[in-house]
Amino acid sequence: MMLNIGPAHPAMHGIVRIVVDLDGEQIQDADVEIGYLHRGFEKMAEEVDYNGVIPYTDRLNYVSPLINNMGYCMAVEKLIGISVPERCHYIRVILSEISRIGDHLTCVGATAMELGAFTVFLYTIKAREFLWDLVEKVTGARMTVSYCRVGGVKADLPEDFAEPCAEVFKEVRKVLAESDGLLTRNRIFVDRMEGTGVISAETAISYGITGPFLRATGMEYDVRKDSPYSVYDKLPFDVPVGTTGDNMDRYLVRMEEMEQSMQIVEAALLDIPGGAVLVNPETGQPIPAAQMVDLAKMGEIESISGGCAVMGPTLEGSGRAQHASIAVDEKRVAMPAKEDTYGNIEGLMQQFKLVMLGHGLRPPEGEIYFPVEGANGELGFYVVSDGAGRAYRIRVRPPCFAIMSALKELLVGDMIADIIPTFGSVNMIGGELDR
Amino acid sequence: MTSSLIETVTGQFPDSVSASHAFRGDQTLVLRPESVLEVARYLKEDPAMQMNLLVDVTAVDYSTFGKSPAPAFFASSGVTVRPSSQIPDKDPWPGPPASARFTVVYHFYSTHHKHRLRLVVPVEESEATLDSLTPLWAGADWLEREVWDMYGIQFSGHPNLKRILMYEEFEGHPLRKDYPVNKRQPLIGPVN
Repeated sequence: MMLNIGPAHPAMHGIVRIVVDLDGEQIQDADVEIGYLHRGFEKMAEEVDYNGVIPYTDRLNYVSPLINNMGYCMAVEKLIGISVPERCHYIRVILSEISRIGDHLTCVGATAMELGAFTVFLYTIKAREFLWDLVEKVTGARMTVSYCRVGGVKADLPEDFAEPCAEVFKEVRKVLAESDGLLTRNRIFVDRMEGTGVISAETAISYGITGPFLRATGMEYDVRKDSPYSVYDKLPFDVPVGTTGDNMDRYLVRMEEMEQSMQIVEAALLDIPGGAVLVNPETGQPIPAAQMVDLAKMGEIESISGGCAVMGPTLEGSGRAQHASIAVDEKRVAMPAKEDTYGNIEGLMQQFKLVMLGHGLRPPEGEIYFPVEGANGELGFYVVSDGAGRAYRIRVRPPCFAIMSALKELLVGDMIADIIPTFGSVNMIGGELDR
Repeated sequence: MTSSLIETVTGQFPDSVSASHAFRGDQTLVLRPESVLEVARYLKEDPAMQMNLLVDVTAVDYSTFGKSPAPAFFASSGVTVRPSSQIPDKDPWPGPPASARFTVVYHFYSTHHKHRLRLVVPVEESEATLDSLTPLWAGADWLEREVWDMYGIQFSGHPNLKRILMYEEFEGHPLRKDYPVNKRQPLIGPVN
């Protein structure tokens, strides 16, 4: 019997169509059809300047947008040949790992919900909400954060970020313990997860599968360990691996990865150089930014040239006191500190040259590939530049794509009810899969 | 180690490799189109290579390279960023292919030796066909379908070369540089 599942099926999250050929309840063949969320990311990225691509990257894997931001910015930085300050690396790593926890929580919660454990979904989404509060504290947004910049990040971490972080992690650990208690030895959950959606390490590699999905088969491949980028080589963490490569192993790997990510954040918050400050006591009294603009318009720049401005909530943390530690010291790449934009002609020109059409950031000609470890696996950006103000070609290597191409292999031979846990453990994110 | 991959492969296939570079440390070989399958098989099976992970297959349309029109207003030189002096730039990028319109770009990774390699294959528009890598990597199936969908480059030996992100009735190949970014086509649902 031919059965059409999707594109929008209530038992699956994500827009995908699976046409299965059934013999009784057993799946004989499956045809996976994707592309329902194709928005032409790669075409659009050729039309805007380099920093203009960042909001589009938010919408790739929208469950962990900070990892996409980081991957894209590091790719362009590699193309230009610059490296950001160390504090900026730490900030990016901290936020990436917070996003990764959120992504895994969503995946585990949604899988459990589709298997009937609605409570777990509510618990994990509650924990994700706490994590998003953290993200909101730093970036001002919850999902479409657009936080990284080529050559830095938008703003510094808020003061005493470690405190709310520790509180949230306490909550997240509580939720993880609860979910673990509800799921890991739950007869119904285990029966449906164990032995379903099995894939061997060789087959997984042949499909190009990476990330937790590959690690569940016992293959220890993690971009953070194998081609360390940013400051991951300075931070202690383990790479959990599974043994059988079934849905249960993928669940267990994700559960352990969340704990490892929290340890990375905790270690990074201890090691991060240069404490966050909001005003620089040495350079005088802070002035409200709007007042600074008025003063500058009247030409009274002597009084403000060395001062720090008090920023509104959207620009908080991007002032001069933090600027040196969050953005690269390269005027042709990074935006100036806001005080300079408002307060002197050089800063204004620097801002102007970077944001105006036809000016902007211009990397040298070349092609590079840069991979980072996304929540679902290796997320790579391949960028070709022809020396103009916008990228000639940006290609995203989406981790979901490889896993979805293997979905047929995972499903054939299993029962129709096994589609639900298998598809859940794929953690398909339409934005990233279809771009 | 840095340049040895390029040297090893070039030594093995002196007639197939037409150029190589390591811009920003990315080891890259430019190959003649007819030798893709042969070199890829060597990369996968040779014990010194063991490139078991086909990371990505994509393409670039070089037809407007370096010809981006100057904007009407404020047509200035812009800000050209020179690489920082701390990062040596011994290996400049040799530039786009001389005559071919497209290049198909393969990225390989070895989980045993932890090395990466990029293959760049120039493809003429008139004979836009390459050998498919599906006999070697199952993942090449969808990746090559996407290249066909977006660029119209054919892969001979591919079992199921049809569109993947766009729908069957879609006309043209959207990532080609001559496809206008705001062109609209009627949306038609899948037929099968």
